[in-house]
Amino acid sequence: MSDAVLVSTKVNGDVVEFACPTDEVLMDSLRDRAGMNGVKEGCGTGDCGACSVTLDGQLVCSCLVLGVEANGREIGTVEGLTEDGKLHPLQEKFIEHAALQCGICTPGFLVAAKALLDNNANPTETEIRYALAGNLCRCTGYDKIVRAVQATAKDLRKSKKR
Amino acid sequence: MAHDNSYTGQKFEVVGNRFLRPDGIDKVTGKARYGADANAPGQLVGLVLRSPHAHAKIKKIDTSKAEKLPGVKAVITSDDLPDLTGGNAGNAHILENCMARGRALYDGHAVAAVAAVDRQTARQALKLIKVSYQKLPHVTDVDEAMAPDAPVIHDWCFTAGLEEKPTKPSNIANRTQMGHGDVDAGFAAADVIIEKSYKTEQTHQGYIEPHACLASVNPDGTSELWVTTQGPFSYRSVCAALLGLDIAKLKVTSSEIGGGFGGKTHVWTEPLALALSRKANRPVKLVMTRDEVFRATGPTASTSVDVKIGATRKGKITAATLELRYQGGAFPGPWAMLACMTGFACYNIENQRSVGWDVIVNRPKVAAYRAPSAPMAAYAVESTMDLVADAIGMDAVDFRLKNVAKEGTQAPYGPIYGPIGIEAALKAVKKHPHMKSRLKKGQGRGVACGFWFNIGGQTCVDLNIGTDGTVNLAVGTVDVGGARSSLAMIAAEELGVGYDDVKVHVADTSSLGHNDTTEGSRGTFSSGMAAIFAARDAIEVLKGRAAKMLDVPVEDIVWEHGEARATGKGHGNLPKLSLKEIAAKSPNTGGPIAGHNEVVADGAGMGFAAHICDLEVDQETGHTEILRYTVVQDAGKAINPDYVEGQFQGAAAQGIGWALNEEYIYGKDGRLQNPGFLDYRIPVCSDLPFIDTKILEIPNPTHPYGIRGVGETSIVPPLGAIGNAIANATGVRMNHVPMSPVRVLDALDQAAQYEEQVSAG
Amino acid sequence: MHSTRQRNTKNRSVQVSLNGALRSGAGGAASIDIEAATIAELLTKLAERYPDMSTHLEKGIAVAINGTVYRDDWTQKIPQGAEVFLMPRIEGG
Ligand code: FES
Ligand code: FES
Repeated sequence: MSDAVLVSTKVNGDVVEFACPTDEVLMDSLRDRAGMNGVKEGCGTGDCGACSVTLDGQLVCSCLVLGVEANGREIGTVEGLTEDGKLHPLQEKFIEHAALQCGICTPGFLVAAKALLDNNANPTETEIRYALAGNLCRCTGYDKIVRAVQATAKDLRKSKKR
Repeated sequence: MAHDNSYTGQKFEVVGNRFLRPDGIDKVTGKARYGADANAPGQLVGLVLRSPHAHAKIKKIDTSKAEKLPGVKAVITSDDLPDLTGGNAGNAHILENCMARGRALYDGHAVAAVAAVDRQTARQALKLIKVSYQKLPHVTDVDEAMAPDAPVIHDWCFTAGLEEKPTKPSNIANRTQMGHGDVDAGFAAADVIIEKSYKTEQTHQGYIEPHACLASVNPDGTSELWVTTQGPFSYRSVCAALLGLDIAKLKVTSSEIGGGFGGKTHVWTEPLALALSRKANRPVKLVMTRDEVFRATGPTASTSVDVKIGATRKGKITAATLELRYQGGAFPGPWAMLACMTGFACYNIENQRSVGWDVIVNRPKVAAYRAPSAPMAAYAVESTMDLVADAIGMDAVDFRLKNVAKEGTQAPYGPIYGPIGIEAALKAVKKHPHMKSRLKKGQGRGVACGFWFNIGGQTCVDLNIGTDGTVNLAVGTVDVGGARSSLAMIAAEELGVGYDDVKVHVADTSSLGHNDTTEGSRGTFSSGMAAIFAARDAIEVLKGRAAKMLDVPVEDIVWEHGEARATGKGHGNLPKLSLKEIAAKSPNTGGPIAGHNEVVADGAGMGFAAHICDLEVDQETGHTEILRYTVVQDAGKAINPDYVEGQFQGAAAQGIGWALNEEYIYGKDGRLQNPGFLDYRIPVCSDLPFIDTKILEIPNPTHPYGIRGVGETSIVPPLGAIGNAIANATGVRMNHVPMSPVRVLDALDQAAQYEEQVSAG
Repeated sequence: MHSTRQRNTKNRSVQVSLNGALRSGAGGAASIDIEAATIAELLTKLAERYPDMSTHLEKGIAVAINGTVYRDDWTQKIPQGAEVFLMPRIEGG
């Protein structure tokens, strides 16, 4: 067994501490040690985006980050999107627009879409498609996903104006 | 109670609306539990050791070092599994595919498996297993495998379906022939005959969730399997048969499923997880890596197809033939046979013959992939249809319409069609604004058709009404893409209650009778039918209870809009009783109110689709960009149009990926060179435009609501539609799928060279 | 009138068309006449008459009666004069 290192990190705002083998990827630490099963494994090689999380606000594939790298940093997962028991507008729009079928890609898409909208409140269709190009979905053909993101962006802009 | 499955033209209140799916919240919050999301006390991590060779004799497997590694709790090889050789061939092949017995038959074939306390230890244990191989000659290409000098993979394989039994074994497992009429006479009557050959490469379903399970076997044989699957009941019976367990003692629970498309209809590592658990007497969790998914689960067949179509100048097809060579991987499969049945299904061809050859090669055992076998045959047929239309100077859509299959047309596999939707689909295509939009220079448009049978099968549901009037519907088909929503709508429709009052639950194998696998677009069709019948049974019970409550004979009770009403003389003043009121009194009127239904949901309605594709080919790079895409498909009846559109769009996207990029690439050494999403490239968001859909509703006469099943058909047309659009854009006919940039460039180059020769000559 | 009566009293013979590999099981015949009132009866008689077909029957078949495909329900009645096709069982994705 490889050596383990004590890692102290914040996941969705809560402090989480665990002993982490040095060769363990963050995706596994989050799933197996922090109970964040919304982080999904589709490939383990950075190609599908199902494991998308934010690390200090930056969108990353958690299968390409080591668990020990999380030490002293802040992680955001799909579990953190819901605030005060209320769904994030993206989550609502995904359901409303039937933007998920099997749903395995959904957590990754939501995290990636939120990262996009946080930086760009008014993305074009092309910008949305490129921003989400690192997330694979095999069920939907992306049509309803893009529409859900467009609808969310529109709503968020409206509510900001108010 | 016997129920009539005939279509009645019932008016709907709930069905046909766009309700939100009931499992949506779980899935957008990360709470939904998929195959890899279950854990059990004391669980071990299972891993599998796989052959690096395409074909090799396994001389010896030394597991002693691995067994001695601290933390390793079990190591298994084929010696730890029953030897089914000589018994049921199907089961023997499934088991041998799960774990090599004496020979590794393809790159990725499992040879041993371990269970250890954690992943690190299990990985180390795999490295300590020493396997001595003796490499054998291999073959991975379907045409090469049929050649007389090809290495014969199985000495027991004698081609079935030949007039004379062969004397020597070969890689050809089976020959199938379908068709009718006199093709020779038909071709003799043709003014134009086009003959052409095509190849398609192997693709994978590419579901984003790898296979994963958690297995637990007790010493007394009681066992549990939590698994991502399309068919918990068939996993149960297959695993029980392979491992000698009692069916009733093995409880299989299907997790939420992260995509299947046919790939999760067969067992791969699940029997190994059970065997490891049995040996270690601890729960074992086994999750495949993406590399393993590509190398060792069932992709679709790669194919080689010859088509010949003859027609008169006026555009009537006089005869057509297909010769289909499909490889099924290292074991015999039904794939070419399925292609024979589907190839010409969209057309009315009096004289036709399809001959299929099922071929064995050193590749993983092929599994169903959405309308299995149909897209490749359709690619060849639809490409050739355009060539014939061109040769006789007729519009390609008009040519299809002139020969389109209708009610009364004989299908390639024999029967006469009832009401079907391909003519309506083609007419809708012709009228669609997409067809009238202008193309720019360098752009092209293509149209193609597709067919899939759709199937029904054994189905069983339980409907239970709580004392507050809310309803549980337990079903045994899994929810692969929103079925719970459709089924809740159906139950609500029948009972006259609100959509939100019905909770649909996918039951485990111990809680419900057998249900066939959720494949062949049968989920909503079959469970929908059973749900209708179960609800109607429950209504009979409700009426009986209402009669008791009102103290009238049950014959006087009618059920309308979710209420019981007494009719007839003297009952005018009696109150109506709602389902809720009756349910509330149920403890004192006879106990729980339920409806059950077990049915063989035969009579699935055939599915037909026609697609339109616009694209642009970059002459410098060979890259093809899809500009606009429209799907027209007959759904019979769309229960929840949102999810019907979703099926159409998803199927089209998979077809587009197949047409343009996806392929298994094998090296000369017989090893798969691209077992990952980086090199096996499925379409990403920026590769696709919005995919327009048009749902046609031509009721299936053998379903009460007219449902046909919608999941598969639309993966069939894209290959042909894109090939036709590329030809329209560039003047070059592609005959090899995927039409990847390299192949398109090659074809463009060749065409240019040919032009030069012609003008120079 | 007369001919109908005759058919009624005579027998329940149906013409069954065979497809694909099933033909080779019946010595290459494209169709055969068999007396059967249900699918189950049809299958039993087929197996009796054509032992070579049993491997195909075991592998799984489907029966189309007047255009409706039955894969499992062998209790289905075969109406007189029905158009009956025997074909390989299909699976889906
Ligand atoms: S699992 Fe991390 S990108 Fe696929
Ligand atoms: S919904 Fe299944 S992969 Fe996206």
